[in-house]
Order: sequence, then C-alpha cells, then structure tokens
Amino acid sequence: MAVNTREKYTKRAERVAFMANKLRLSVLEMIGEGKQGHLGGSNSAAEVVAALYFDTMKLDAKDPKFKDRDRFILSKGHAALIQYAALAEIGYIDKTHLKEVKSLGSALQGHPDIRHTPGIEANTGSLGQGLSIACGIALGLRLDKSPARVYVMLGDGELAEGQIWEAAMTASFYGLDGVTAILDRNGFGAMGPINSRFNTNPHGDKWRAFGWHVIEIDGHDTAMVLWALEEAAKTKDKPTIIIANTVKGKGVSFAENTAAFHNGIMTARQLETAIGEVSKWT
Amino acid sequence: MDVKSQRIAYGEALVELGTEHEGIVVLEADLGKSTMSFMFEEKFPCRYFEMGIAEANMISVATGLSLAGKVPFCSTFAVFATGRAYDQIRVGAIAGLNFNICGSSCGLSDFGDGSTHQSVEDIAIMRAIPGMTVLSPADAHQTKKMVRAMADHPGPCYIRVNRSDLPILTESVGEYKIGQIDVLRDGAESHVVIFATGIMVSMALEAAEKLAETGIAATVANVGTIKPLDKAAVLALAAKAELVVTAEEHSIVGGLGSAISETLQGNLTRPIRYVGIDDQFGTSALTYDELLVHYGLTVENIVEAACGRPKTAGGSI
Repeated sequence: MAVNTREKYTKRAERVAFMANKLRLSVLEMIGEGKQGHLGGSNSAAEVVAALYFDTMKLDAKDPKFKDRDRFILSKGHAALIQYAALAEIGYIDKTHLKEVKSLGSALQGHPDIRHTPGIEANTGSLGQGLSIACGIALGLRLDKSPARVYVMLGDGELAEGQIWEAAMTASFYGLDGVTAILDRNGFGAMGPINSRFNTNPHGDKWRAFGWHVIEIDGHDTAMVLWALEEAAKTKDKPTIIIANTVKGKGVSFAENTAAFHNGIMTARQLETAIGEVSKWT
Repeated sequence: MDVKSQRIAYGEALVELGTEHEGIVVLEADLGKSTMSFMFEEKFPCRYFEMGIAEANMISVATGLSLAGKVPFCSTFAVFATGRAYDQIRVGAIAGLNFNICGSSCGLSDFGDGSTHQSVEDIAIMRAIPGMTVLSPADAHQTKKMVRAMADHPGPCYIRVNRSDLPILTESVGEYKIGQIDVLRDGAESHVVIFATGIMVSMALEAAEKLAETGIAATVANVGTIKPLDKAAVLALAAKAELVVTAEEHSIVGGLGSAISETLQGNLTRPIRYVGIDDQFGTSALTYDELLVHYGLTVENIVEAACGRPKTAGGSI
C-alpha cells in the first residue's frame, strides 16, 4: 500500500486501533482471574473484528436484524469473546452481562449461538462450517438482490477441516463476490505452532488455486485492514480472502506467540499485567 | 393395487412447493437424477444449487440459506445425508433453523449397491438429535404431503424416502400433520397391534389379513412420524392389545421399535417384538425382494412375530 493511500485511512485507522484495544480489555475482563478463556485467538483477531464492526459493515445499532445488514460469521467460534466485546460496544448486548459469559443461563454461550445472543449471525464453534454457512447466506442474499455482504473469519488451524475447501470451491464456483473471508493467521493451534504440529500452509497458493482473490496483509495494521476490506468489496465475480498475518495473544506480552493462552487461565497477577499492558492503548 | 415411487413423489412435491413459494430452494449432492430433485432444477434452475459430492458442505450451505430466510430442501442418499453430514445437521439443529433433508434410497432399497449405500441406522442417528423431526412415509401420497408439512414446519426435518415403487395405501387428498399416526386397520379388541413404518406398512396390512384367517385380530398403525412420536396414540393403541409388534426397514437399534419401547417403558406393560434388521449392515443383492427376505423383513416375519413364534430369519427377535 502506497504512503499516500495509507494517509487516506489515518483517521479511521486510529479509531479502529483504539476500538481493537478496547475490545481486548473487555476480553480480559470477561476471562478474569482463574478461569479458562480463549485469550490468544481473541486478541489476534481484535483489529479485524474492530474494523468490521466499527467501520466497514453496514449495521443498525438499534436493530440487529436490519434487513440489508452486512453479516459477520466467526467461523473460529472459540474466539467468541472478541465478538461479544464488539456486540456490547455496539449495544446489542448489555455490557453488564459480559461477566456472565459461559455461566448457566447466560445469553453469552461458550461459542456463538443465534438463539442466545443478538447480533450473532450463525452458530459456530464446531470448526470448518462457517464458510459454508456464509456461502448459503450469500446465495440467499443474491436471490433477494440484497446489497448486503458476508464476512467470515477463519483460523489457520481451522483450515485443516476438509469442509473449508468444499466451501472454498462453492464460493468460487458460484462467483460469490459478496463473500469475504478473513484468515486470522496467528500461526498457532491449541497444541502449538501450526508449522510443526499440522501445517496448513501454504495459504495464499491454496486459495488462489481454489479460484479466490487473495490479499495478504499485516492483520494488526488497521489502515491495511481497512484498505483490504475495501479491495475485497470492489472485487467482482470471485470471492476474496484477506490473509491477515497476526500474533496470537497480541497485546498481552506473556500470551503472545504461544499456545499456552489458547484457552489458558490467568493468575491475578497475570491479569493485572495484561490489563496494564492493554490499557496503555485505550 | 396402484404403485408409485416415493422419490418421484418427492420431486413432484418440490415442484409444487416451488411454484407456490419463491422461498423454496433445493440443494443436491450430484444425485439429482436418483433423488428426483432434478425435477425442481428443470423448473427453477436459479433456485437449485448443485453442491457436488460434498454432503457436509451442502447441509451447512442449506443452513446459511435458511438464515437468509429461504426454505431449503437437501437431498442425497439417506446414508450420506445422515452419516457424512451429521455434525452439520446437529449444528443447524442447535440453531433451530428451518432446513429439510431428504434421505433418499433409504433402508435396503438401493439393493444392488450394498452396505455402503444402504442406510440401516439413519432413523437412529436423526432421532438422537434434539428438536429433529423424523418422518418415514408409507407411500408416494404420504411422501408428497409430508414434504409440504416439512416446508411449513419451523425446525429441522428429516424424511427417509424409498427408491422402489411401493403400493399406494393412503389418500392423495388432505394434509399430513407432523406427529400423525394413522390406524389403517382397526381390530377393535385386537390381540396384537402392529406399529409399522415405510415399506413395512403394506406388509403389516397383509400380515393382518393372514392373522385374521387364524383368528388373531390385528390393528395396524402407520407411524409416519417417528419423532416427535405421538406417545398418547401409541399408548392408547398398545393398551387395547395383548402384544405389540414393530416393523421397520431399519436396524432394531434406535429405530421405530426403540421409540415404541421407550414410550411403553414405565407406562404400560406389554410384550413387544421387533421386526427389523438385527444389528447388521446391508449387503448387495440382485433384487430388493430377496434382500428383504434375507433380513427377515417380510409379511411372514410379521405374522410370526404377531403369533409369538420364534424367528425364521435374521429380523424378528
């Protein structure tokens, strides 16, 4: 991206970056001390999620079911906390309910659930299904001649699921340019680095071979994220995937680039450190 | 007796529904000529989605279409629809979406293709999913009515459809209400009640004729909806009889017989005998009939079960 292009995004990019860290702070509060929570994969996705919810997507803060709204599907549903944080910022969820996440009877389930949470567009969590669901929604929207777009976030570990590639063929065969996938390429699965545990790379070549338009960016550079989302929307007759290179656990030093906080537990001291580090940016 | 294939009725029903409702969409996994969904494709190509041989993706795409407000019908062979896409169906059911699945060539009706293509456990699999409706029509007319009921039903529905021409037993007019059990032969003070489903319903009626000749009065109930089972109707019919017989072209593990047993358990004490496949996979045969004999799915097997006689083939125990 050229310097003069980047300048075009400066103001919006700053706001998105601020919101991303606000979401991270909210994630830390939801996990709290001594409880398991998917910190790593939530934090890696923060900038993309913030860009979508607070800049790119057409939404109505008063009506989560607004007809021609853009849809976001978190196929890597274990990162639900970052989505809940965003839905609370918009106002679809009462912020006071965030602390009840995963508790019995809570509106905030361990994985996204349309029957419990306003603003959630699909049930995900059983990995590999979100892109197929996104294709179905996009086909339905196309029949209705709706301008709405469908965004779906995948994990790089999730790409091991064969259904992803069935869906990749579907989107390209049907020319679903209304579908934009974002690969949160943080390099780690639950057990360790993707490269050494079960390598789903190369990513760009695979998606290109499946007929997709591929854009590769730094997924924490909010100007790049905004630019890439606009490029995706301009691409006609084929779906786009934005390969967002990210850092697992981004923003919390002890959780970065490790599988330990994929679904780890923080001590009181770690939580304090984490909140201190993220608060610097909010 | 008139005969007609349930799968042709399925194709006709889709076309009728598609004419009435723009929201009806159909998905297929490269078996449209066999499931007869191609009839819909010919009429409404824009609302027909060939998903290739990728059943898991097909079901998830269908749930996406449902999320976009459409009413999807997915079809493929019963064994693939339920086995290859189990988790995708489950996730759609968790979401409570209106999506419909047609498991075609159910049971042993794809006789030549053998065990990989024959579904002996699809009812069990679908029945275990909370909130799933499981339908098993006895003939082509009932198939058509059920497909219509599925479109109107708000949650996920599964229908198992036979490949062969089957005798017409029900009326072409009227509606099917999900849950409905039809008493096709009422032996008022009957010795035995036969709960049958699918292809076994016509055999149960024939068995009842034979039983009558020996002085045994049999009531025959066509259980079109295996889930949610009309428990009150089952208990009322069983209460009038001394013996309960179930008949299904399915494993005795988890199918209609299990559902009837679960209903009787703790409510009513009656001896129960199952006519079904005795915990085995299918196998190839040159004709459907010889396969039905091989697995003990015949009129004679039902008669034997109703008389309390020991089995002569693998089916009734």
